Amino acid sequence: MDNELTNPEIPVPDELQSAVTITSLDRIYNWGRRSSIWPMVFGLACCAIEMICTAASRFDIARFGMEVFRATPRQADLMIVSGTVTKKMAPLIVRLFNQMPEPKYVLAMGACASGGGPFKDGYNVVSGIDKFLPVDVYVPGCPPTPQALLHGLIKLQQKIDNQSIKAVRWYGQQTSEAVPLPVLGPDLLDPRQHALLAQQAGQPNETAEPGEA
Amino acid sequence: MAAQEIGAAPSEQTAVADPIVSRFEGALRPDERKGYEGYIVAAEGLPEVATGLRDELGYDYLSSVTGVDYLDGGQLEVVYHAYQTSGGPALNLKVQVDRENPVLPSLVSVYPGADFQEREIFDMYGVRFEGHPNLRRILMWDGFAGHPLRKDWREAYYEEENKPFDSRWPTGDVRRSEAANRFGKNVIYPAGFDFENWTPESDESLYASLNKVGSNGKTLQTDSLVVNMGPQHPSTHGVFRMVVALDGETITDLQPVMGYLHRSHEKIGERNTFLQNMPYTDRLDYLSSMGNNLGYALAVEKLMGVQVPERAEYLRVLMAELTRVSNHMWAIGFLLNDMGAFQTPALYAIRARELILDVFEATAGSRMMCNYMRFGGVARDLPETLRDENTLDFISDLAHNRLPAAIDELDRFLTGNEIVRARCIGVGVLPAEKAIAYSAAGPLLRASGVPYDLRRAEPYSIYDRLDFKVCTRSNGDVYDRYVIRIDEMRESVKICQQALRDMPAKGEIFSRKPQYNVRVPEGESYGRVENPKGELGYYVVSTGKTNPYRYHVRAPSFINLTVLGEMCKGHKVADAVVILGSIDIVLGEVDR
Ligand code: SF4
Repeated sequence: MDNELTNPEIPVPDELQSAVTITSLDRIYNWGRRSSIWPMVFGLACCAIEMICTAASRFDIARFGMEVFRATPRQADLMIVSGTVTKKMAPLIVRLFNQMPEPKYVLAMGACASGGGPFKDGYNVVSGIDKFLPVDVYVPGCPPTPQALLHGLIKLQQKIDNQSIKAVRWYGQQTSEAVPLPVLGPDLLDPRQHALLAQQAGQPNETAEPGEA
Repeated sequence: MAAQEIGAAPSEQTAVADPIVSRFEGALRPDERKGYEGYIVAAEGLPEVATGLRDELGYDYLSSVTGVDYLDGGQLEVVYHAYQTSGGPALNLKVQVDRENPVLPSLVSVYPGADFQEREIFDMYGVRFEGHPNLRRILMWDGFAGHPLRKDWREAYYEEENKPFDSRWPTGDVRRSEAANRFGKNVIYPAGFDFENWTPESDESLYASLNKVGSNGKTLQTDSLVVNMGPQHPSTHGVFRMVVALDGETITDLQPVMGYLHRSHEKIGERNTFLQNMPYTDRLDYLSSMGNNLGYALAVEKLMGVQVPERAEYLRVLMAELTRVSNHMWAIGFLLNDMGAFQTPALYAIRARELILDVFEATAGSRMMCNYMRFGGVARDLPETLRDENTLDFISDLAHNRLPAAIDELDRFLTGNEIVRARCIGVGVLPAEKAIAYSAAGPLLRASGVPYDLRRAEPYSIYDRLDFKVCTRSNGDVYDRYVIRIDEMRESVKICQQALRDMPAKGEIFSRKPQYNVRVPEGESYGRVENPKGELGYYVVSTGKTNPYRYHVRAPSFINLTVLGEMCKGHKVADAVVILGSIDIVLGEVDR
């Protein structure tokens, strides 16, 4: 295809000579998507404040075409998980993710969303949103500065740039599966750990010896 | 006013002719444990003592209720701190109850402000309060196993009672908690748990408890409707949920549901060393971390008995007041957001706030999580330069020119604005008596006409030397709560100017040798500050070790929400959003 297009024997009328540009379908498709990523209005904790600051005039997320925060997951492309994921909130976050249409991306903003952060040991804290959702970009920091968040968003754009319309999952044969909703039981239940739970509930944790990995 | 002195006086002296002991003969006795103060009340006598204190001795304001688990003594203790709104120190009451069968009379009928706090104690310790109108879990979900703050309850990633963990310190090994947990996740299950047949608790009982009024006698027949706003909702200031019963568009009942950001702050705080808690306090009310630091530092300093050098005191006050300005800026910006002035006022407010954040970043190293105060001073002095200017010049310019200009700008555009007035005046009215009864604090209390400001009522740090006025308004509606924030910002700017003028140019900023681990003498202490959102209190119990035995936060946002339902009743559903915005909550502090 490329050969054909770049073949100088294809006649291009004179008046169009300066108005034609040749590109690949992937590039133009990705260019459109990466320049208008709409994040969801979704703040969890302290990191959300920095996310709002990123959207405000000083850091101006609009430079990247991302200022259109949508309050409904149905219209959003990007979920910025900005804060601590608690067990009580986890089912709702997963549900919101399931409600987003493809193509969708997840950005874990801050230490908490990436791995539990300072509150990891807490009894109501999930150690990172990646225990449930596929994360595209992790942004470290507590909270990440607006500059760091912007850097993460640029990384996401680069990721989008490298996707190919032929391989992306949302044009594939299978429909994309919903992530199973965690359930609030005596503790947070993950339906995917079903069997393990039945087998091992009630047994004490192995307290690994000091120094053991 | 002899009663005012009692809370602070050592117990040996109070035993002689203590009006409280003689008034409630037999119902209470002074707490004589070392380092403790206040009185121990017998459980049966509690409502009577509370009523007497409120009606006869003027202790009309119940500030904080919390529990402590004295595992060794087999007892749970519930601790009450009450104040007189005319000022003065706390009256500290304690009730002890058996760990195995903890039942206490509820104080909601005497002090309605105890409502959420008693529910929290029920949730965290399992104490049942008889007579409580709605005793259900508040931070964790119904069906959660156990009462997490009990000392024998262990979280899934439990390693040891206290940090630093032997496995990592002093050798510096790194280990991931996942490795020790059989599910590799932060969960733990009781033996024989039947996954297949588990049905989670539904919200039906919550919905059923709402007061749904039919449309009696009205021409238009409307159905009663229950609407969930949140926890994911663009106007709830975080993951906060309001369950609203509606008659048409009018609110007949409103129940706040919280806990979606409950990060186990207190349990983690009891494992941490005293100093390790300092950065965690930043994350309570993450819009005013300097104020949070100050409150915690005061509580621990009280126990340790350390002095703070002069320059450090000024730095503390300067930072705390800048925090107040930045917090109120944010609050006003987003109050307007809630009214539908989407984004524009908030952008102006955030722009002004950024100026202050620059000062914080240069001084403390972080824009939001300052972690700046230490027990006995502050962590760092002001840097030489800030944005290529001399730091002091930069801050003076802020305090004298740029912040006042930013405040005037908001004032000019908003205060007289017709839409703002139409949406705010007469909405969410909170009368003074109700504000006191419901333990409302901060701008919420003062907008209702109660001139209670801790910086005057029980001055801490150097506030007694500073000249500022306690702003009050009289109507107690949303509009007054907005105006009072503008007024308070002006006062804060004035305090900053005085602090800059009087601050010693050089001097110590830390009175002790910097230490990683401090040992804190036995006893209890309650440190409180006037944070931008209201009275922030820390109740700390030390057993003489390097870790707090009990660490409780009296969070103003949390307790201010107690009265939310009351304020919303009868208004339209869109007003609930505005009323919530006018309370100015931060979920990090509500849920902790
Ligand atoms: S990473 Fe830090 S700033 Fe972000 S939510 Fe967690 S504690 Fe808050």
